[in-house]
Amino acid sequence: MNSTMLQYDVVVIGGGPAGLAAAVKAREYGLNVLLLDENDYLGGILPQCIHPGFGIHYFREELTGPEFSHRFVQRVKDLKIDYFVKARVLEIKNYSDLEKIVVFTSPEGAFEVWTKAIIYATGARERHAFEIGIVGDRVAGIYTAGEAQTLMDIYGVMPGKEVVIVGSGDVGLIMARRFALEGAKVKAVIELMPYPGGLARNVMILRDFNIPLYLSHKVVEVRGKKRVEKVKVVKVDENLREIPGTEFWIECDTIIISAGLIPQVKLLTDIGVEIDPATGGPVVNDLLETTVPGIFVAGNSLLINDLVDYVAEQGELAAYGAKLFIENGGIPAEKWIKLEKGNNIRLAVPHYLSGKRDVYIYVRVKKPMENVVLNFPEIDKKIRLPVVRPAEMLRIRLRKEEIAKAKDKITIEVIQQ
Amino acid sequence: MTVEVYKFTCIICPLSCDIEVKVENGEIKEIKGYTCPRGKEWAIEEITNPKRVVMSVIKVKNGNMPTVSVKTDKPIPKTKIPELMKLLAEIEVEAPIKVGQIILENPLGLDTKIVATREVEKA
Ligand code: SF4
Repeated sequence: MNSTMLQYDVVVIGGGPAGLAAAVKAREYGLNVLLLDENDYLGGILPQCIHPGFGIHYFREELTGPEFSHRFVQRVKDLKIDYFVKARVLEIKNYSDLEKIVVFTSPEGAFEVWTKAIIYATGARERHAFEIGIVGDRVAGIYTAGEAQTLMDIYGVMPGKEVVIVGSGDVGLIMARRFALEGAKVKAVIELMPYPGGLARNVMILRDFNIPLYLSHKVVEVRGKKRVEKVKVVKVDENLREIPGTEFWIECDTIIISAGLIPQVKLLTDIGVEIDPATGGPVVNDLLETTVPGIFVAGNSLLINDLVDYVAEQGELAAYGAKLFIENGGIPAEKWIKLEKGNNIRLAVPHYLSGKRDVYIYVRVKKPMENVVLNFPEIDKKIRLPVVRPAEMLRIRLRKEEIAKAKDKITIEVIQQ
Repeated sequence: MTVEVYKFTCIICPLSCDIEVKVENGEIKEIKGYTCPRGKEWAIEEITNPKRVVMSVIKVKNGNMPTVSVKTDKPIPKTKIPELMKLLAEIEVEAPIKVGQIILENPLGLDTKIVATREVEKA
């Protein structure tokens, strides 16, 4: 392959909110930045998320997805950051700490970029029908929520008229509203768990449009000749096992699968980055550096976030990490304190803390609980919370003085008051 | 006497407070669960005249994207939403379009503007 050689301080892979924020921040630190995205336009999925609810923390004003991404894209252009769209990264090579190569192709040709640091911000992919155990006919009319959103909100095409939505996470609920607004009949939202998966404010959408929500239910089968005609739904018990005799059919022409997101980490696992099975993303320290020095990760490829504001925050932190890494030829730290998961904690990121800086930790619980204390026994920290829910990621600031109290680990646990 | 208790989640800010409103004979008697005055005000409006910001896409001629996303710049009464959506489905605009550009003013006599939220360049 005939390729052009480029050289940068930092290559940011992914032009969604995490990558845009990272590229802008790194440029503001004076680094020479290249931003790569495989889509036709910068912004990631934001240009198709036309509903409001973005940027309340970051910009202190409520924006739609396209507006949020527009502000960052404008910054990228104002700062004259080099970027490629329609760029497909094929490989990352890690020669030494400050010598890495990113190989990519684009309509302009094939390129190899020498770089000191990489910020990986490729986002997530959607789980599809087979992953959640739906069997039956392989007919037209089965989409993931993101596919339906692209069709409706980028191309202006209605994917169907009578819709069943599988999964009550935020994306599923937002698509329920979108379909209802466009005059489609949303016949049901089916949720496997006994509680809704989305933020409470989005669950309210169902009341707005009188959409029935079936908790502890599962879609198991699709029937149709050319297009979806009906789906079979069954109730599940507390162990998520199907309860025989509870089956019923819902007639519909479209099924929207909104069954969660999975961090995209393929290029990272290719080079041996350690993955946390709980998040699906890499194991990172408090500058979001992976186990391969100089490779940082932010946004939904780190962990699935609820709010774009956190995604942008992670992008900026990764940029700060890249700056420190380049200045010092590595991330300076005497010791790393491990963040450990205790009672009712499903995931906690970052995994290692230096105690050199304040840090936001992102935490998700396993099951809902009321009147609880978030407890950090090793550092004597307690936070009272009226309620914790699996759907709502907790973001907690630990100050460096607090972290410094720990010897080698800090446990985070939820205990009943 | 009719007593109704409405339970809903405040959507004004991400705190998502659970608010409970007790209505007796059509009169609001008690509101609890809110954390700030904005939430209380919203809860009252939610009972008496619910409003929503509406978003959709509009067809674009000669653009690098086939549609432009839009929103109402103020929440409009819930009851007016279907009519507005029909109107938005019928119109078409010409590229280029800037973020913040006003596409329609006071559609259907509503006190709102339809504002573009995406940039569309000329193809
Ligand atoms: S009541 Fe106030 S604090 Fe609570 S969600 Fe509403 S606006 Fe936010």
